[in-house]
Amino acid sequence: MPVNPLLTEREFPPTAPYLVGREKVREFARAVLATAPIHHDLAAARAAGFSDVVAPPTFPVVVQEATLAQLLAEPDGGIDFSRVVHGEQRFDYARPVVAGDELTATLRVTSVKSLGGNSMVTAESTIVDSAGAPVVTAVSTLVVRGDDA
Amino acid sequence: MALPEIEVGQVVAEREYVIDRGSLVRYAGASGDFNPIHYRDDVAASVGLPGVLAHGMLTMGLAVQPVVDWLDGRGWVSGYGVRFTRPVVVDPTEGATVAVTATVGAVDEAGARIDLTVSAAGGTVLGKAQVRVTAL
Repeated sequence: MPVNPLLTEREFPPTAPYLVGREKVREFARAVLATAPIHHDLAAARAAGFSDVVAPPTFPVVVQEATLAQLLAEPDGGIDFSRVVHGEQRFDYARPVVAGDELTATLRVTSVKSLGGNSMVTAESTIVDSAGAPVVTAVSTLVVRGDDA
Repeated sequence: MALPEIEVGQVVAEREYVIDRGSLVRYAGASGDFNPIHYRDDVAASVGLPGVLAHGMLTMGLAVQPVVDWLDGRGWVSGYGVRFTRPVVVDPTEGATVAVTATVGAVDEAGARIDLTVSAAGGTVLGKAQVRVTAL
C-alpha cells in the first residue's frame, strides 16, 4: 500500500508533556559522546548562564519520537515501518533544551512525495515548553521504500 | 561573548570517534530507538543490510560534538541539519570509526555556518551536514 497523499497538511494532537530529567540529559550526552561540562555538570551549566544541565543538540529527537509514533500509527497513513529509512533530519532551536523543561510536541505533515517507487514523507514537529513558548522545531524526512526498492 | 576570529574555509575542528556494538546499545537505551537492525546481525541480514548499522541519529549526534567543544561556551548551536546518505556498518569486533571535519562555510554578524564532513570506511555518511552557530 502506498503512502496516503492525503496525509499532507494533517496535524496531530499535541503529545503528552515530556519532563526533561537531569540524569536523562547526562545519559543521552554519554550516548552521543558529548563530553562538554555543560551537559553533565550543574555548576558548569549555571556558570554558562543556564538554569540546569544543557541537552545535546540532537536530544529533541527523544521528544519528537512520540510524534512520529503517532504518524506511523495513523490507520489510513499506509506507512509500513519495516520499510522506513530516515532520509533527512533538521532542528531549529529557539533556545537550548535544559533539564527541567516540560516539552510538548505537535506534528504536522508538510509533504508527501513519490520518487522512483519510494515515498518521501516530511513531517515537522513543533516543540514548546510549559508556557507554550517555542523551543525547537524538528523536521524529519522519512523514505518509505516501495516494493521494488 | 564573541566567536573567535574565523574565516570561510577554515577548519575549526577535526576528530575521530570509535563506536562499537556497546555504543549502539547505549544509544538505543538513551534514545528509545530499539530497532533490532542496530543490534542483531541476523535481523540486519534478513532485511538485506551489509551488517548491524549505527543509528543515523547517533552519527548525527556525535558529529556535532567537535563544534560544541570548539564553541566552548562562546556560542550555541541554533540550527543543525543532515541528510543520511550512507549507513555506518559497525563490525562486531572492530566497531566503526567516524571521522568528522568541521569547516567554516559562512560568517555573518550573528554567528556562522559550520559545514561538517562526516565519513566512515572511506565514504561520506552524512550529506549537507550544516551547523548554525550563534554567538552568545
